[in-house]
Amino acid sequence: MSLSCLSHLYLLLLGTLLSLAGAGLLVAQENPYIVAYDHNLEEPGNLEVEYFSTFGTQRGGPNFHAFWGEFEYGATAWWTTELYLSGQTTFGESTVFTGYRWENRVRPLKNEHRINPVLYVEFEDINGGDKIMKEVEGHDVESDFLTPNAVARQERNREVELKLILSSNYKGWNFTENTLAVKNLSNEPWEFGYALGASRPLTLKGSAQKCNFCLQHFIAGVEMYGGLGDRYSFGLHETSHYLAPGLAWNLPSGWTFRIEPSFGLNDNSHQFLLRWGISYEIAGFGQKVSQLFKGKSE
Amino acid sequence: MKISTLPGLGAFLLTGMCFLCAAQGKPEKTEPISVYAELEKAPAKYRAKANPLLADKDAVAAGRVLFEEHCEECHGGNALGTKKAPSLRVPEVQSAPAGSLFWILTNGIVRKGMPVWSKLPEPQRWQLVTYVQSLGPVEAPENKAPAKP
Repeated sequence: MSLSCLSHLYLLLLGTLLSLAGAGLLVAQENPYIVAYDHNLEEPGNLEVEYFSTFGTQRGGPNFHAFWGEFEYGATAWWTTELYLSGQTTFGESTVFTGYRWENRVRPLKNEHRINPVLYVEFEDINGGDKIMKEVEGHDVESDFLTPNAVARQERNREVELKLILSSNYKGWNFTENTLAVKNLSNEPWEFGYALGASRPLTLKGSAQKCNFCLQHFIAGVEMYGGLGDRYSFGLHETSHYLAPGLAWNLPSGWTFRIEPSFGLNDNSHQFLLRWGISYEIAGFGQKVSQLFKGKSE
Repeated sequence: MKISTLPGLGAFLLTGMCFLCAAQGKPEKTEPISVYAELEKAPAKYRAKANPLLADKDAVAAGRVLFEEHCEECHGGNALGTKKAPSLRVPEVQSAPAGSLFWILTNGIVRKGMPVWSKLPEPQRWQLVTYVQSLGPVEAPENKAPAKP
């Protein structure tokens, strides 16, 4: 299947979803994290359609632009499921589709606690050309990205990724700690990584009037993420790490914009990444689809 | 990815999405009495909490904006309830301690579909409580036994 065919399919799917959006208004309250997760799940029945980009500088080779789409659905108040489709352009080389990911996040405890655990399970089927850097794991380093697309896309990776997300909301702040373990389903060792994040709205009280630019709609934060080696060489040796301040703007119309420059913290890291994203939350998506199949509106 | 795997993946995802959406539209079998009984489960520490924004003249207006943005989709206009979520205008809610409503907002009732709203800062949750309790009780028989909270 050609890339243009895929992009047409993607646009068709996006158009269908947005047409189902109807008049349901629901303002997202998204944190600015792009790598880290907090314990706030998608509201049940809502679908969030998201697009993200990562522009990366590359020493010793061409820069790249990786991109991915996410369809995040609140199956229940304690379970969110999500599909990713990703690709990348390496400047001067080519644009390739790099695969899909299917993730699930489950909240095991029913009440809010000081520290709230969320269990995360993901299956991914991607090729070696994947550069979205949605997580950094094991001994991932900048030089891994030098392999030309024509060669990298031949390598197929089927991986299972497990995360323990520990997140807290305290006086308007969110603090989150993610630890991850990844297993390539071929005979490769477990790899490990981490992501930490902190964020806070620019003001805690809501405005008495509807507005796009009220400070309550802006959430600023910072995240730090990196690899922790594998089961044979656990630790910081030959790993990459990033520090990334970010800002999210949650519009009352349901749109969210995010931007996050990331800075490599050691010689194994890309010196600079610029990530940005746009998302739209479709309220009551599940119910609308359900009504379509029932054939009547209630 | 091989081209041949795409149709299989598509069918799998479509089936999964239909299943999830169908589950979403299906009302859970719950006793009507259990809907508002959740308010009684608020710990004494929360029930005793006074609303810190009662004297704030903007709290009701701000709460109304927040309600329209986050709650109206399920609880309906003027909080009268829909098939997705119960009315908040019933005496059980209107006369409940403000702290109990704050506790429900903070913790959700995740097993029955009410999401956790701790991602809203505390002042915004109190603004919501202030708005909801400013609406006053309305007897709405059709909304007294909703599918789920």
